[in-house]
Amino acid sequence: MTVIEARGLRKAFGSTIALDGVDLHVEEGRILGIIGPNGAGKSTALNAVLGLIPYQGELRVLGRNPWTEREQLLRDVCFISDVAILPRWLRVSQAIDYVAGVHPRFDRAKAEAFLAKTSIQRSSKVRQLSKGMVTQLHLALVMAIDARLLVLDEPTLGLDILYRKQFYDSLLNDYFDRSRTIVVTTHQVEDVEHVLTDLMFIHRGRVVLSCRMEEFESRYLELTVLPDKLPAARALKPMHERQILGRSILLFSNALREQLAALGDLRTPSIADVFVAVIGNNTGGTQGASL
Amino acid sequence: MNAQSNTVPEFPERDAAPPTMSVTQPFYWSVRRELLEHRSIYVAPLSIAGVILLGFLFFLPFLPHTVRTLSSLDPSRQRDALAQPFDFAAGAVMAAAFLVSIFYSVDALYGERRDRSILFWKSMPVSDVTTVLAKASIPLFVLPMLSFLITVVTQSIMLLLSSMVLLANGLSISPLWTQLQLYQVLLMLLYHLITAHMLWFAPFYAWLLLVSAWARRAPFLWAILPPLAIGIFEKVAFHSSHFFELINNRFSGGSDAVASMMGTFPFHPGMPLSVGAFLLSPGLWIGLIFAAIFLAAAVRLRHYREPI
Repeated sequence: MTVIEARGLRKAFGSTIALDGVDLHVEEGRILGIIGPNGAGKSTALNAVLGLIPYQGELRVLGRNPWTEREQLLRDVCFISDVAILPRWLRVSQAIDYVAGVHPRFDRAKAEAFLAKTSIQRSSKVRQLSKGMVTQLHLALVMAIDARLLVLDEPTLGLDILYRKQFYDSLLNDYFDRSRTIVVTTHQVEDVEHVLTDLMFIHRGRVVLSCRMEEFESRYLELTVLPDKLPAARALKPMHERQILGRSILLFSNALREQLAALGDLRTPSIADVFVAVIGNNTGGTQGASL
Repeated sequence: MNAQSNTVPEFPERDAAPPTMSVTQPFYWSVRRELLEHRSIYVAPLSIAGVILLGFLFFLPFLPHTVRTLSSLDPSRQRDALAQPFDFAAGAVMAAAFLVSIFYSVDALYGERRDRSILFWKSMPVSDVTTVLAKASIPLFVLPMLSFLITVVTQSIMLLLSSMVLLANGLSISPLWTQLQLYQVLLMLLYHLITAHMLWFAPFYAWLLLVSAWARRAPFLWAILPPLAIGIFEKVAFHSSHFFELINNRFSGGSDAVASMMGTFPFHPGMPLSVGAFLLSPGLWIGLIFAAIFLAAAVRLRHYREPI
């Protein structure tokens, strides 16, 4: 079943084009990571999916038009955003009461059980919690909702590595199953590297790469070469080249593994490496990539 | 929570029977949310009532003297002598609720965008219509009713204290009870709150909510400046001031039917309540139509608005 289907999604804020014809196709049970530099249009795309902003182009989420059917759609869709959007005056107990009051699919016991594993006090106000705890609280609320699509917009921004790891562990162990779908944007690519099933790079409002993780792993190869083999390696047309400690590291797309193996050490590049290469080639430099 | 379970859960049967929820429940929780966020809604009128009760304690020692000299007063002034603190209490609580209504309405749809919490509220399955109506219900229903209840309780305590003081001084309490006619005056207060504060002021609060949904900054200025500009423009261009009169009429009651209940505070028992004339006054219905238009526009704006 298709969860998100977008064709030619466009959005402009005044003269700034945030989304320039984005196509998106997400099947049920996938975990899609949308990676892009600041201002690439990731949040705009997610906001359109959530029915928070008007857009041009075709967009169906769970078969609904998010802009005109937001209320019905949000019974099946949950959302955690980058900035701490939980109101600061809200108490933890009040937050649980409120969501239990308005959301037909909220399971209070699940939220309580998740919170019991944290050090969050029921009587605390959101403003008294650390940023990591606010994210935990929001995650507890969202995981207790039996939703079909979970949208995460930079959910772990500004959290330390422990919270980040815990966040994705909880998500995978306690929440994700094959009937749920997750779309996540993040700068901390290494955190989600082994979580994703699908990957998408967005740059300047356009999709510059979109593939399944299996494809990604078979498609890209990173070669570390010593200077003497460099001309031979360069002849095979690497998509990107960088220097580290006197060695050259070349990134290849769709190259022959045997051919490269003769020239140096081969490994599968990280998402971050490919991101820098792809976005760097798009901007004529790597300064656009803020990984 | 099957946290340690390694098995992938079965495909849940979601589509078979989607959980149902009554229409009123999201509205009820939206109103509760407002009361949690804006505690001044009940704190402000309650503290005013508390201050008045405290002040009344200093007034009580003089009460026996007032009652003893009551018969020497002109009959028409006998009630005033006793009712003054009671009227003052009702007026002060009502004024506090009115001020809170204004501040609340200006902030209601602006504050949630400023602190970005609108993203959280909008991520819940609550429609913009429900949210805006819940917010509108605070100045249009909750605050007038709350101020009435607080006044009832405050005046009852004052009456009880007064009676105790009089009895302790060996005086009869009957002049106090017959003169005050508290029950009738409270009914008139309720009538005033419903006709003036709920119905007649509705377009005013709806306008504040609309500005609150629209303004990107300084909603208070945007609430005041456009009407001021229209009035000044009219004065300069046409040398008339119909617009200012219109606004003035809205606050002073305008038509006679409403005026009998407005601008005549404190109320006197036996004052005529012209319900029929009030319901027939075009000003009431034109105002309500404007209120509906402003609220519909606020709903529309909230649909489009993003955090600021």
